[in-house]
Amino acid sequence: MAERPARVERPLSPHLQVYRLTFSFLMSGFHRVTGIVLYVGFLLVVWWLLAAASGPNAYAWVQWFMSTWIGRLVLLGFSWGLIHHSLGGVRHLIWDTGRGFEPNEREWLARSTLIGSISLTLLAWIIGGFVMGGLR
Amino acid sequence: MKVTSIRTPLAKVRGLGSAKSGTEHWWEMRLTAIALVPLTFAAVVIVISLIGRNHAAVAQILGSPLVAIIMLLFIYSTTLHMRLGLQSVIEDYVHGKAMKTALLIANTFLTIVLWLACTYAILKLSFGV
Repeated sequence: MAERPARVERPLSPHLQVYRLTFSFLMSGFHRVTGIVLYVGFLLVVWWLLAAASGPNAYAWVQWFMSTWIGRLVLLGFSWGLIHHSLGGVRHLIWDTGRGFEPNEREWLARSTLIGSISLTLLAWIIGGFVMGGLR
Repeated sequence: MKVTSIRTPLAKVRGLGSAKSGTEHWWEMRLTAIALVPLTFAAVVIVISLIGRNHAAVAQILGSPLVAIIMLLFIYSTTLHMRLGLQSVIEDYVHGKAMKTALLIANTFLTIVLWLACTYAILKLSFGV
């Protein structure tokens, strides 16, 4: 039987830890993290819709959850995550056209994504919560 | 002529690669992403606007045509986008063949079940049966 050849020690390509942590790098990772978290968070949407379709008794649990501060906090985080991931996606769509790769442009896009997501989340809560009366 | 590829000329022209789906994954990710930009914001506003309302009001609003159509489009695009997105994550981080295949199957089944459950719920509220 042939001997298995010894493992050749080839040079490894530099991994994540050799790079300086930059804001655009952080925002890029955050895009994937929000994507995974939103995948799990979508189960709440399913629960909410099935409860609404099932009737008042099932929906009472949703109403109870949404009246607690933790329920409100989860919804605030979920809505921000959704909007942030949307804008992160727009950033990727811009990159798909071959634009926005210069250092200052990347920095600007990363900053705009964060500022935009916080602003749009506030706007969504103002429209949904106060104009359309969800929080009244 | 020196042979540099075992691929047939027809396969090259089709450009679909060994998986026979070519750039479909990439393209569907972009299509759903574009659709989801307005749909996500609309769905978030709809959900927030329903927080304090009771079951009768929520059922009536979710079953009204405009809201139901927006939510159905949001759910279809989201579950498809979720499936493609998590597929990339699984392919990037899970290297065992059996585990990877099992997770890819589970991901497909789960997102289809979630899509069907949400769609069923909204249609039930819309048609009131």
